[in-house]
Amino acid sequence: MASFTKQRSNILEKPLSKGKGEINLSTFALLFSEMVQYSQNRVYSVPELQTKLSDLGQHVGTRIVDLLMLREKGFRREVKLLNMLLFIKGNLWKNLFGKEADKLEHANDDERTYYIIEKEPLVNKFISVPKDKGTLNCASYVAGIIEAVLNGCNFPAKVTAHWHKGTTFMIKFDESVIARDKIVEGR
Amino acid sequence: MSRQTTRAVDPRKVSGELFTLTYGSLVAQLLKDYENDDEVNKQLDKMGYNIGVRLIEDFLARSNVGRCQDFRETADVIAKVGFKMYLGLTPVVANWSPAGDEFSLLIENNPLIDFVELPEGHSHLNFSNILCGALRGALEMVQMDVAVWFVQDQLKGDNLTELRLRFIKRLEDAVPAGED
Repeated sequence: MASFTKQRSNILEKPLSKGKGEINLSTFALLFSEMVQYSQNRVYSVPELQTKLSDLGQHVGTRIVDLLMLREKGFRREVKLLNMLLFIKGNLWKNLFGKEADKLEHANDDERTYYIIEKEPLVNKFISVPKDKGTLNCASYVAGIIEAVLNGCNFPAKVTAHWHKGTTFMIKFDESVIARDKIVEGR
Repeated sequence: MSRQTTRAVDPRKVSGELFTLTYGSLVAQLLKDYENDDEVNKQLDKMGYNIGVRLIEDFLARSNVGRCQDFRETADVIAKVGFKMYLGLTPVVANWSPAGDEFSLLIENNPLIDFVELPEGHSHLNFSNILCGALRGALEMVQMDVAVWFVQDQLKGDNLTELRLRFIKRLEDAVPAGED
């Protein structure tokens, strides 16, 4: 306990980083691999594992959303659905992965559903999925990040990762989001 | 309105923030699962060990570093090549024991602890304990048995982070049964 009597630095007094720091891909890949293995050892099925990874991603998402809104948008949050999605495809992706997401699409048959498509997500680069776990997509971690960012901006949604044209993140918005957006757009 | 961060895309690098937050997420999960700082330290050390065991191959393949003559050279290589390559920082090698079998790595900007504040009641948690495991694992693969532990930690109010390494013994390659 002795160490706690010392003056600890207050995190809010430190300057906000500019986000230019970079780290070796191997370091990240090995850390992510440990995370997947750890989660894998605590679940019984592929869906459970994906949920676990998504939960871990949400922890990141809730933090990155504050950081980006403060640093890049000067506290202004998006209110329109399309702009919010473009923010994810652009700003968020660039910050996390150094590039924009490959594609953003709207489902033809369901106005609540959008897709962000990434041919080769960074987190999947070194992961080969075993045959008996064919549906497992570790980019669920990224889906969790997106979900937390959307929820943090008051666009409640469910985000899942699927193997389709590489990896497709399926975003299903809450009914209320669509209804609200119609009012906002209609003004 | 929005300021774009443009980063030259280097396929061998990833965003430091993604890395830091990912590590934070992992530690937070461990704290939820174990509810005991010592167990979390142990788990982080284990994960670090697994990483070190694999990282050393990447290191030897890319760094062009040959066999070290003594522990002092090893210390230099760890600080100036290893840490530089994988965490983008160069710790200071200091506080050698008179026998030359023990030294400290002094780290000023530990990327693992950006955005981190230890909540009350976690005085036993070594947040960055994964580093100890990684060093131990990597060195074991080059036939060195070492002990690694935290002496100082910025998260606990120290001015810098200090890792201590002690050389225990040289490991001999086990010869498979039936061969001389």
